[in-house]
Amino acid sequence: MDHSNISLTLEVWRQESASANGKFVTYKVDDVSPEMSFLEMFDVLNERLIREGQDPIAFDHDCREGICGSCSMHINGRPHGPWHATTVCQLHMRAFKNGDTIVVEPWRAKSFPVIKDLMVDRSAFDRIIQAGGYVSVNTGNVNGVDANAIPVEKDKADTAFAAATCIGCGACVAACKNSSAMLFMSAKVSHLALLPQGAPERKDRVLNMVAQMDKEGFGSCTFTGACEAVCPKEISITNISRLNKEYLNAGMTVDKR
Amino acid sequence: MLNSKIPKGPLENKWSDYKGHVSLVNPTNKRKLEIIVIGTGLAGASAAASLGEMGYKVKAFCFQDSPRRAHSIAAQGGINAAKNYQNDGDSIFRLFYDTIKGGDYRAREANVHRLAEVSANIIDQCVAQGVPFAREYSGLLSNRSFGGTQVQRTFYAAGQTGQQLLLGAYQALERQVALGNVTMYSRHEMLDVVVIEGKARGIICRDLITGHLERHFGHAVLLCSGGYGNVFYLSTNAMGSNVTAIWKAHKKGAYFGNPCFTQIHPTCIPVSGDHQSKLTLMSESLRNDGRIWVPKKKGDDRRPNDIPEDERDYYLERRYPAFGNLVPRDVASRAAKERCDAGYGVGKSKMAVYLDYADAIQRYGTGEVNKLGLDDATKEKITELGREVVKEKYGNLFDMYTKITGEDPYTTPMRIYPAVHYTMGGLWVDYELTTSVPGLYAMGEANFSDHGANRLGASALMQGLADGYFVIPYTIGNYLANEIRTAPIPVSHPEFEAAENAVSERINKLMGINGKQTVESFHKRLGKIMWDKCGMSRNAQGLKEAIEEIRHLKKDFWSDVRIPGKILEVNTELDKANRVADFIELGELMCIDALHRNESCGGHFREEMQTEEGEALRDDQNFQYVAAWEYQGDGQWQLHKEDLNFEVAKPTQRSYK
Ligand SMILES: Cc1cc2nc3c(=O)[nH]c(=O)nc-3n(C[C@H](O)[C@H](O)[C@H](O)COP(=O)(O)OP(=O)(O)OC[C@H]3O[C@@H](n4cnc5c(N)ncnc54)[C@H](O)[C@@H]3O)c2cc1C
Ligand code: SF4
Ligand code: FES
Repeated sequence: MDHSNISLTLEVWRQESASANGKFVTYKVDDVSPEMSFLEMFDVLNERLIREGQDPIAFDHDCREGICGSCSMHINGRPHGPWHATTVCQLHMRAFKNGDTIVVEPWRAKSFPVIKDLMVDRSAFDRIIQAGGYVSVNTGNVNGVDANAIPVEKDKADTAFAAATCIGCGACVAACKNSSAMLFMSAKVSHLALLPQGAPERKDRVLNMVAQMDKEGFGSCTFTGACEAVCPKEISITNISRLNKEYLNAGMTVDKR
Repeated sequence: MLNSKIPKGPLENKWSDYKGHVSLVNPTNKRKLEIIVIGTGLAGASAAASLGEMGYKVKAFCFQDSPRRAHSIAAQGGINAAKNYQNDGDSIFRLFYDTIKGGDYRAREANVHRLAEVSANIIDQCVAQGVPFAREYSGLLSNRSFGGTQVQRTFYAAGQTGQQLLLGAYQALERQVALGNVTMYSRHEMLDVVVIEGKARGIICRDLITGHLERHFGHAVLLCSGGYGNVFYLSTNAMGSNVTAIWKAHKKGAYFGNPCFTQIHPTCIPVSGDHQSKLTLMSESLRNDGRIWVPKKKGDDRRPNDIPEDERDYYLERRYPAFGNLVPRDVASRAAKERCDAGYGVGKSKMAVYLDYADAIQRYGTGEVNKLGLDDATKEKITELGREVVKEKYGNLFDMYTKITGEDPYTTPMRIYPAVHYTMGGLWVDYELTTSVPGLYAMGEANFSDHGANRLGASALMQGLADGYFVIPYTIGNYLANEIRTAPIPVSHPEFEAAENAVSERINKLMGINGKQTVESFHKRLGKIMWDKCGMSRNAQGLKEAIEEIRHLKKDFWSDVRIPGKILEVNTELDKANRVADFIELGELMCIDALHRNESCGGHFREEMQTEEGEALRDDQNFQYVAAWEYQGDGQWQLHKEDLNFEVAKPTQRSYK
């Protein structure tokens, strides 16, 4: 991979704290290797800022392998940047050309308040899971039920797994004009509803999780598909249809009680 | 002095006897007992969920913004369990034996046997939670093989096993949070343990958003803070993985076990330049089907596909015909280094070997053609079908490789090189997972316990969940049963005061240095010393130099580091500086340990101690013990030895030939 290094202009959202006003600040970065990841480019910039006596840009990141869901940058109007099915930590500078200007912002959503610069508070997602995103089995001996006692059709298991690969990054919310969390939530509801182990609680689960989502201030879903388009794990929008069905079913039977 | 508290009796009865006789805490008393859990990876999340469910009052801490983001999430390949679903002769004994042998006879038999015993329950537990493991068309669970074993006992969920297991534990944890049994503190970093009258009684931590220090009381403190591979700067660990929690505990009296035992993983994407911030693992499961080779000719610059079959050296298959590409990690890593050092490396840096899927694609393609009865399939058709099979098995790993390197592993062999991956060393613990400080426990990668000098693939996930779901719920009762009369100690206690002051002083000191060099630059320098002199191979001369260099680096750090910003705000550089300062101290101890262990075993390869064929030469006569180091003040340690007795798995020369 022999490409020569490039120069870029970055417009980065800087905001000192949750209560402060933010603004865009322009940075020139030179000598960027196309083999760098986007975050490594930020590392290099931050090193320079520190040496110049400035405050480095705060952003969330940890695994840098596209799996922990920490990283969360809105790049040129698109959560996680230009590459399909890729988190920003896996985006590499090959994606850009010499002379490009890149605008970098935090996730924008009422339910994800900015903490500092590009860092936001996504604890609302944890609270949605608390509302029912689990199977209520106790740990310990599981009453001696062997793991192979209940076979699960491969197709169903695979679909459940595909939904379960959601990394909880919040890009779906950031991409949605209504800031809806439906894709995130539908991934968990689908994962558990598709498996026999999750079936007994499926009604309460979906009702409680939806109620919590509303409480957190996420918007409603108008099925525009912006979420699916930016989801780094390619969580399918059919999960939202499944969630809607689960919700309707649950609503009907619960009303009758 | 070291009492490992191994129960008496035959190996296979120890754990059930222990459980049968252990002290219990009744439900009313449990509600009065508070437990602090540091970390929400597999070990921490499973422990916090289990203990909360049992009725204890639990407080759990992690430095990420959510417990679901702990580094366990990144584990790819799988988790072992002695289920013998494949009917290929697996058993608890075989898993126990493979683990002891794989660890080169430097692990404690009783712990490893317990691990093998509970392994099957882990899978039951996870399936009940809804963990979507891979399944066969029959609807039953699927298995694959991993290095260092000859059976298929690894359960997996594509290349995201850690994610699925952690989400299972995380969901169980969030359920307990919802029920009010666990209080979760995200974006909090533990910066000290509070010890009162010889027992662990709480922690000091920093709220990473406000920067304020907090005091928390607990009748017991569990450290589940993960491994310290980032002491090498470049590793496959997440950026935030650190040693701070266990290092602070070490300085408060917890012995550090086998600090130098580090696992270098053979299949990682090679370093591409100075900007490199971390290394990416290509799961060991790839060695199931991929073949590793270098050119037979030195400095051969041809493209890999232009090098004919008979000019390739499949060096693992050549050197280790019995295990071939599936030799344990330490063996595979050293063999790669040996070839590259000898001048046969490939790629721009020449520090890489090929991992080739061409044969596997043909083999699977032919299988599909036969299955579908396509008698006149073209070569292209076979290749296409073969690629589909490979994609289903390893697609996400191949995608990751393409994103990072810009190359297509379906058509061009991958370039790989060993990288730091896991630390077998950690806080010394006894059979109950207690450190040398009563009331202070270490679990998961943070303890030294089960993997000896080399960990087998897919065994860390197993250990983390075993510790959290199945071991600690019993062993902690044995301690807490005697604590039911201890009222919560108010955090105004002088020991809390003193501990907080010490933490605060150190932070002020760091912020006051106002030097010229960045934290990152110190971390890189430390990493280079460690990798060059305490890495894949070590010698006395180099280790002595490294110790001097690290001492020098430490001085430099404390007089010239620059940390921008303020204390009472989000300050990621300050967070990092706290961690790097501890890594520097740990680096010194790792080198001291590596220097004292004048033998080669597992991942610890002393150049002075090798056979004529370049294999590791163990010295059971002199080193069949766990080295447990006691901190005795700045740069000073006292060595304690726990002799290892092998009653069942008699040590032999480890051979995979
Ligand atoms: C890329 C990769 C792939 C792997 N694949 C496999 C595999 O396929 N199979 C396998 O068996 N093993 C695998 N491993 C190893 C395995 O993932 C780890 O050993 C294991 O997950 C560690 O779990 P843990 O619970 O001990 O710690 P971690 O998951 O590392 O969790 C540490 C926790 O401690 C918290 N923490 C740390 N310090 C502090 C502090 N000071 N204050 C507060 N909180 C703190 C963190 O926030 C985090 O919650 C892999 C490792 C890597 C790096
Ligand atoms: S659904 Fe996709 S975009 Fe939304 S949180 Fe999950 S992984 Fe992120
Ligand atoms: S840093 Fe973990 S997903 Fe990007």
